[in-house]
Amino acid sequence: MTLMQKFLGAAAALALSAGAALADPAIIFDMGGKFDKSFNEGAFNGAQRWAEESGGNFLEIEIQSEAQREQALRRFAEAGANPIITTGFAFSSAIDQVAPDYPDTKFATIDGWVEQPNVLSVGFAEHEGSYLVGMIAGMKTESGTVGFVGGMDIPLIRKFACGYAQGVNAVNPDAKVIANMTGTTPAAWNDPVKGGELAKAQMAQGADIIYAAAGSTGLGVLQAAADAGIYSIGVDSNQNYLHPGSVLTSMLKRVDVAVYELMKAGEDMPTGFMGLSLKDDGVGYALDEYNKDLISQEMIDAVEAAKARIISGELEVHDYTTDDSCPVLNF
Amino acid sequence: MDYISILQIFDSAVRLATPLLLACLAGLFSERAGIFDIGLEGKILVSAMFAASVATFTGSVWLGMLAGLMGSLVFSAMHGLASITFRGNQLISGVALNFLASGITVLIAEAWFGLGGRTPGLSGAERFLPIELPFVESFSGVPVLGPLYKELISGHTLLVYVALLMVPVSWFVLYRTRFGLRLRAVGENPAAVDTAGISVVRLRYASMVIAGILCGLAGVYLSTGLGAGFGKEMSAGRGYIALAALIFAKWRPWYALGATMLFGLLEAVANRYQNIDLGGFIVPVQFMQALPYILTVIILAGFVGKAIPPRAGGQPYVKER
Repeated sequence: MTLMQKFLGAAAALALSAGAALADPAIIFDMGGKFDKSFNEGAFNGAQRWAEESGGNFLEIEIQSEAQREQALRRFAEAGANPIITTGFAFSSAIDQVAPDYPDTKFATIDGWVEQPNVLSVGFAEHEGSYLVGMIAGMKTESGTVGFVGGMDIPLIRKFACGYAQGVNAVNPDAKVIANMTGTTPAAWNDPVKGGELAKAQMAQGADIIYAAAGSTGLGVLQAAADAGIYSIGVDSNQNYLHPGSVLTSMLKRVDVAVYELMKAGEDMPTGFMGLSLKDDGVGYALDEYNKDLISQEMIDAVEAAKARIISGELEVHDYTTDDSCPVLNF
Repeated sequence: MDYISILQIFDSAVRLATPLLLACLAGLFSERAGIFDIGLEGKILVSAMFAASVATFTGSVWLGMLAGLMGSLVFSAMHGLASITFRGNQLISGVALNFLASGITVLIAEAWFGLGGRTPGLSGAERFLPIELPFVESFSGVPVLGPLYKELISGHTLLVYVALLMVPVSWFVLYRTRFGLRLRAVGENPAAVDTAGISVVRLRYASMVIAGILCGLAGVYLSTGLGAGFGKEMSAGRGYIALAALIFAKWRPWYALGATMLFGLLEAVANRYQNIDLGGFIVPVQFMQALPYILTVIILAGFVGKAIPPRAGGQPYVKER
């Protein structure tokens, strides 16, 4: 029996060291899907870039149901992947469960919040980026009404909405902001039909610019806006190219940069909390050949001025998640 | 709430109710012939995927529609084969088809486009675009009726009008033709139909073909009319809601119109009014989004009265030997 145990132990040690030698990074995408042209796709692009530049490999999985979160984390940890990067706030509790069991593996949660010694929580200052696109919307609107379509109704998405509304009101105090959420389950990230219908309902209430922060659901919003000939604002990745002339700009959340940097750091990835804001270009707004005719120089100047003031700390954009309330928008 | 807002909500209700109505009528034909069809959801999904894919490849929404209908018909034929020819359990066959559709649509779309089970966005002639009915502008000055015509009646895609037209057509076919009488009889008492020298099997297959076409139209509408492209699980439970509407409608075409319009209206209201302020007390958005389902339970439990399904529903017909 003891001999058997020794053999097993040796085999396990071998397996572990073999895994450690490989130590490919792994990435787990949330239910919006790897090709949502937004949040998850940004993460995928970052991972792709790392793989191309370093010639390395990464493991990946796109989960299909809630139950797979923990399962996927454990499988990658067992396979020796390090670090394991997850996209989406919903991984927080699963990582909290799994991380103590694999103290030598490092986990990263983008948008989530986990306090464990081997976990890195990456947060973005979405309210700052949303503030800037809100300013653009406030200056561009002709009807004085702008819309916001969120995905799942969570504090993180309200943070987008709140920053956006503050930006709109900063340049256009009389403007009305209509904010709608698609749903209360993760399926709300992947329902373009409902997104389009919400956009149409907002247009019926006079909205002429609609900001979608809703993963794949946002594609339906952008489509409906393009069909109706009004403007929309994309999110996370640069979505300007999807409907040139209709997508006013995109609120950039550089998930791709974050994933790229984390994979580059590999096993030396730091743990704790990493915040990415306007200051580190973690968030921003997109300006390219698809929307350059839509945004005037005065608008750019105004937005850049505000950006400088936010970075210097002179202007503070209220963050919904700090006190679960928004001074300018009622949900 | 002003008149125009009300019209806009009804407008949205019509758009949202159309796939439900088509699927509900599909279920109606199938169940009236004695075949329970849990697989509506799967058929919608398959036809939505094929319609969007072929429209992308060919640039023609009509070819897309044809492909969508074919996909749905193949699924209908499989259901017919399992439940009519091989006398299998109709519920199990339907559930199996739903699972098959859920997986195979993503698999095929991924193999063709490599976009994680989504098809590329459709534009222009690859979609059914809204149709502006004649005289909209000249009528728009007329009070009450002008806006009604402009906002509510005009400006839908072709399939919406087709779906609405299907209601009287279904009623006529079921209640005013010989075929309809026989179809209903097959659902109530297939032995009597058989005794009269009419083939039960042929009638039931005919009902599956009609159901396949109607359900296929629902899927085509979803991906090329209401949306612009196929996405994973885009039917989002509409097939099941159509089944609920079918029970609610007591297996009758005009009632089906009413039931599906009610579901569409509830969804439209929930979309439009996410927060209703009742003088200081704000109804939370979660409640508004749950409202259609809450009302479904209440209506089904309390107000429908006794809904009696066709008597021979769910039973494979075995000819006496």
